[in-house]
Amino acid sequence: MACVTVKHLWKEYGDQVVLENLNLHVADREFVTIIGASGCGKTTFLRMLLGVEQPTKGQLLIDGQPVPAEPGPDRGIVFQRYSLFPHLSVLDNLMLGLEFSGSRWLGKLFGARRREAAEKAESLLEAIGLHTARDKYPSQLSGGMQQRLSIAQSVIREPKILLLDEPFGALDPGITADMHEIILRLWQANRMTIFMITHDLKESFQLGTRLLVFDKRRHDPHAPERYGATVTYDIPLNRKKHSAPTPPLTAELVR
Amino acid sequence: MPRLVNLYPSRGSALALGALPFLILIAAYLFGSAARLAENPDDKLLPAPSAFVDTLKSYAVEEDRRSGEVLWWLDTGASMKRLLIALAISAFIGIVGGLAIGALPVVRSLLGPFVAALAMIPPLAILPILFIVLGLGEVAKIALIVFGVAPCIVRDVSLRAGELPKEQLIKAQTLGASSWLLSTRVILPQLWPRLIDALRLTLGSAWLFLIAAEAIASTEGLGYRIFLVRRYMAMDVILPYVIWITLLAYTMDWLLRLARARFFPWAESR
Ligand SMILES: Nc1ncnc2c1ncn2[C@@H]1O[C@H](COP(=O)(O)OP(=O)(O)OP(=O)(O)O)[C@@H](O)[C@H]1O
Ligand SMILES: [Mg+2]
Repeated sequence: MACVTVKHLWKEYGDQVVLENLNLHVADREFVTIIGASGCGKTTFLRMLLGVEQPTKGQLLIDGQPVPAEPGPDRGIVFQRYSLFPHLSVLDNLMLGLEFSGSRWLGKLFGARRREAAEKAESLLEAIGLHTARDKYPSQLSGGMQQRLSIAQSVIREPKILLLDEPFGALDPGITADMHEIILRLWQANRMTIFMITHDLKESFQLGTRLLVFDKRRHDPHAPERYGATVTYDIPLNRKKHSAPTPPLTAELVR
Repeated sequence: MPRLVNLYPSRGSALALGALPFLILIAAYLFGSAARLAENPDDKLLPAPSAFVDTLKSYAVEEDRRSGEVLWWLDTGASMKRLLIALAISAFIGIVGGLAIGALPVVRSLLGPFVAALAMIPPLAILPILFIVLGLGEVAKIALIVFGVAPCIVRDVSLRAGELPKEQLIKAQTLGASSWLLSTRVILPQLWPRLIDALRLTLGSAWLFLIAAEAIASTEGLGYRIFLVRRYMAMDVILPYVIWITLLAYTMDWLLRLARARFFPWAESR
């Protein structure tokens, strides 16, 4: 379960109002896509959900509780880049989350527990088509492969909420179809609530169950920083995603 | 004709080009030595190659008449021991201090300015203090090298820790990493290559401090020997010792570079 409630949320940096009076309720397992002009505060909103930025005023609740002030395993994140660990192989990158939870002091698993974690990681690798690259380092992967790995990495701890900040923004348009399929599969398999920022309007309609548009309601031409952005359009998208047939690989992941 | 910036020598010619300055230097020496010796057979400044062979024999093969030791190896052993112990201590301080300062903002506030100030003190200026406090033995010499090298390594390693993308550290936390796991499994492994780079860069100053300490208070060691025979203008001893020191330093540098490529292959391709 993860529903997100936003009540009269404001975010300011000094004199600059970034977000003003945001009100929102997002149900469990919703796939929210967010679009809006550059610099209007989309990433800031995501960072508040992540716990690395705090609201200036108002409330941001997950299941009725304030968002913790630190990132945690209940909220996964995929950045546009730089979120893989360059010193670990593909498989180790994927297993890291399991090793953190399974071994508090060494952060490493051994024996049967390692085999179990490796099996889970490998089935996920297969699902994202990276099985053959399991022993490579991130720097040896293409941009698309890196992003697929980053997405898989952030769902392996089965977060309630997955945050995606323009995850495909740096990728070739040709490969985004594959990426969309992967993200939808993982979403269905893992029962998450997803927030995804994108610059691609088509993508936002294709993927989401709900589309939020961030924009400024008011404008002061002499003081552009006076007013912040808020949700100006909140569009339910009635795609039949929940009833889509589960692809065979996903069944393996749900286990 | 390609631009000069795009003109890459083949493997063979790269080797030949690399050897060229060395060959020129040797040729210049032989020429100068021969010219001076022709004028004055007792000239001590540029001894003939045969003099080096004699020195090598009496220093590196035969035992010293007074002490019964083979001086060359006695000096090498003593110097290398001091240097390696000092570098090991510095590397340890460097990685632990660099990690703590780089990973924990509280430690950064506590020790950052202090280490920066320490690194600015000229080590040779406190050499007398070290001799007074620690005596004239091995400890003072090792302390001088550590003092000269460790603060720079700490700073360099902690800078690297600060350069790690924020995204990575946040990602690790969303995977459930505690401060401890974040430090040991994410940050520390990425600091080792930089530690090796820092060691390579400070190798030169480590040798400098070693030789300075040995020149002032010692009874054996490469630096001690050079400064001892200086009194007799024994260029036939000094020059082979200098070349030997250079060779040792170069080998250490090469081994470190090799170790980096061997143990941290992920840090190579960039
Ligand atoms: N740490 C900060 N300190 C001060 N101002 C900040 C900070 N972070 C963001 N801002 C400001 O907040 C505003 C919103 O930034 P944000 O990154 O959320 O935009 P965005 O909607 O994600 O834009 P883009 O689509 O370009 O990524 C910007 O004007 C930015 O200058
Ligand atoms: Mg952004």
